[in-house]
Amino acid sequence: MATVTQPMPGPGRTPVKGSTRVVRLLRGIARPYRNSHGVGRFMLVTGTVLVVLMLLTAVFAPLIATFGFSQVAGADGQRFMNHAEPGAEHIFGTTTQGFDVFSRVVWGARTAVTVVLLALAFSLFLGVLLGLIAGFVGRWVDRVLVMVMDALFALPALLLAIVVAFLLSEYVGGGASTAALAITAVYVPQYFRVVRAATVSAKEQTYVEAARAMGARPATIMFRYLLTNVIQSVPVIATLNAADAILTLAGLGFLGYGIQPTEAAEWGYDLQRAVSDTGAGIWWTGLYPGLAIVLLVMGLTLMGEGLNETMNPAIRVRRLIPISMPELTAAQRTKAAQVPERDRPGQDRPVDTGGEDRNSREPGSGETGKGGAA
Amino acid sequence: MPTKPELMTTPEQSAERPLMEIRDLKVHYELRGSALARLVGGEGETVKAVDGVNVALRKGEVLGLVGESGSGKTTLGRALLGLVRPTSGHITYGDLDLARMPQRQLRSVRRRLQMVFQDPHAALNPSMDLATAIGHPLRIHKLVKSKAEARERVRETLERVGLTPADQFLDKLPAELSGGQKQRAVIARAIICGPELLVADEPISMLDMSVRAKILELMLELGRDLDLTYVYITHDLATAKFFCDRVAIMYLGRVVEIGPTEEIFADPKHPYTKALLRAVPDLDPERKVPRDLPRGEIPDAAAPPHGCSFHPRCPFAFEPCGWEARDLRAMFERRWIRLGEDALAREEPLVGELTEVDAHEEMVRVRAGGRAAELTALLEEARADEPDDPLWKGVERIESDGGAVVVRFRPGIDPGLLRVNAVDVACHLHDPNLSHDH
Ligand SMILES: Nc1ncnc2c1ncn2[C@@H]1O[C@H](COP(=O)(O)OP(=O)(O)O)[C@@H](O)[C@H]1O
Ligand code: SF4
Ligand SMILES: [Mg+2]
Repeated sequence: MATVTQPMPGPGRTPVKGSTRVVRLLRGIARPYRNSHGVGRFMLVTGTVLVVLMLLTAVFAPLIATFGFSQVAGADGQRFMNHAEPGAEHIFGTTTQGFDVFSRVVWGARTAVTVVLLALAFSLFLGVLLGLIAGFVGRWVDRVLVMVMDALFALPALLLAIVVAFLLSEYVGGGASTAALAITAVYVPQYFRVVRAATVSAKEQTYVEAARAMGARPATIMFRYLLTNVIQSVPVIATLNAADAILTLAGLGFLGYGIQPTEAAEWGYDLQRAVSDTGAGIWWTGLYPGLAIVLLVMGLTLMGEGLNETMNPAIRVRRLIPISMPELTAAQRTKAAQVPERDRPGQDRPVDTGGEDRNSREPGSGETGKGGAA
Repeated sequence: MPTKPELMTTPEQSAERPLMEIRDLKVHYELRGSALARLVGGEGETVKAVDGVNVALRKGEVLGLVGESGSGKTTLGRALLGLVRPTSGHITYGDLDLARMPQRQLRSVRRRLQMVFQDPHAALNPSMDLATAIGHPLRIHKLVKSKAEARERVRETLERVGLTPADQFLDKLPAELSGGQKQRAVIARAIICGPELLVADEPISMLDMSVRAKILELMLELGRDLDLTYVYITHDLATAKFFCDRVAIMYLGRVVEIGPTEEIFADPKHPYTKALLRAVPDLDPERKVPRDLPRGEIPDAAAPPHGCSFHPRCPFAFEPCGWEARDLRAMFERRWIRLGEDALAREEPLVGELTEVDAHEEMVRVRAGGRAAELTALLEEARADEPDDPLWKGVERIESDGGAVVVRFRPGIDPGLLRVNAVDVACHLHDPNLSHDH
């Protein structure tokens, strides 16, 4: 990506064997944050903060939550009041069933994060692998895969998720993995498209021919030469899809096809239970799960759009750094004018506008815009 | 009289087996037209990128492939390494015929045959550090047992190509190198497995002027130390003269002249070679000959000219060179450029139909309506204006036939390679049977 055009800082850097790779990885992660500015930076940082907060909540849920997600009685064995108003014991109140809303929200974060991470892992694996194979092998393999993926892509996201969840619930049950697989089916086509397009253009690069010339097998070419260069556009889509996936998960839960209430706390389910409460003026059962969804979705979206802004050169406007040149003296000026065209140095291309650049530009930001369907 | 191309082995060399022998090699690319065109026309056009090449590569020599862009140099070079599948012909390397070998078996041969690419900025995987990239061939061919051993070999090779101190380069990414350093890395990757043949495809054309000579010197030095045979592809005669033992001049997929560098440069025989040499800027600053490339442009490889493919541009072309209807049209175009708008407006309607004439026809029939006599007169006028245009040697007869004018051309002959001194040249001028008065 274009951010690479900047020469690596630190000329005095002494590479230590092995650790350079880690350093490079960290630097790669830090790069969008360092290179962003203005609105992009604001989005990126705000988004990241929200997402990290949610992640922390998910990880430390057992410490943060005051009760279990399906706990209806205190340690003393006394049942919680139904519809208790927010107060000292239940800071967000309790639900129709007597669950503690605060605890449900905290445990819900864990559910959401687990499901989305699982779904991301599945769909990244499938989408990237299939996209790579289709783009590299071409011919009928490509045509069949494109057809299948287009068919999946054409279905409304939630409908597809419901069908898959419904089919899987028979065999796998109503847990997190079912929900994750249902969401996977929705997002595989997006990764597939982006990776396939990037592969098709990357495989024409000279370095791929060079790999062939050194005797590399097709599989080696795919995984050592193409993969690293085509997945660079994936983080942006993955983050945006994660936001979308939260909504899909909540949608599934709301409609009753998601995670069963006995398995885990889930915001969509809680919202659905809260629908009847609103008429009775019980606002807390709906507000807090809803707010949690909004915050996480917003965090992921901001992060994704911020990344997109800094990493996708097509829409990015580079900050112009003013360059001040020393004034030419009159003598120098005439001399410069006399140098004939072909003697001027600098036929060499500027350092790296190479492969990476072209690849990451390939998938337009349009590829990521499926969010509205959910 | 199409002479059968002979193999380029002189008596003194024939004792030693050539490293690689290329016989009648053809690489044709099918250009797929639009779906509609394929439905209607059956098949798309064919680009004859390499069209019947015969060369024997001697061990340890540097053979230059020289020609304008589009003459098929890169395609020939890639074919030598089995990177494109030839349409027909043979590439004999040891006991193997690379032209027929399945990819799977070719992979193990690739260790001995390597390539240096034109664009060093694109030839290295942007996300692989040098130690991994340069060491990868070793690991592919299982020439090292461990990563550490590969790294050690890479370190030696980096020193060898002048990327010193090697330790500083091992963990660098290509983006951190300059163009010249990248090309050195590409060369390092090419030699690390100990190849016999190195095809260098314009290895310096995309580099800064200041490093070009250094890269060529490095390649010469490596050639000496490692006993390499080079195929050096270039469009630049000056570097070919400096670098090559033998030079093959390519034009539209054929070798038109091949021989020792000194003789080619001192006494070029093919009109195309002569024109190329005249176009070289500072080979001899004293010389006061016009530095013009041959007239016209390099023709479309999908529809190469009849007979000698250089004839539309050849100032010495004569009767058997392959005259055809297209040349008549080109003659009128030159005429209109010379005479200006008026002549164009006057004459174009008369000869207009020539645009629709198909390529390979030794006879053209222009239906001129009621103006056949006018057209005949115009042709005669054109001939009288430029009697020295080689085209007129090829026109056998102009006759009117009812309402049409028929122009007949002399039959064209495809020139094969002929031995003249130490050089083989594909030009009728050097065929005593054809060229009595030249
Ligand atoms: N992969 C390809 N597909 C179709 N045509 C090609 C391909 N590669 C080269 N050509 C055509 O073959 C001809 C020779 O090309 P090339 O070998 O690259 O010439 P050079 O290296 O001398 O410039 C050109 O007309 C080019 O357009
Ligand atoms: S055969 Fe020789 S003289 Fe005839 S056109 Fe070709 S190069 Fe010119
Ligand atoms: Mg080329």
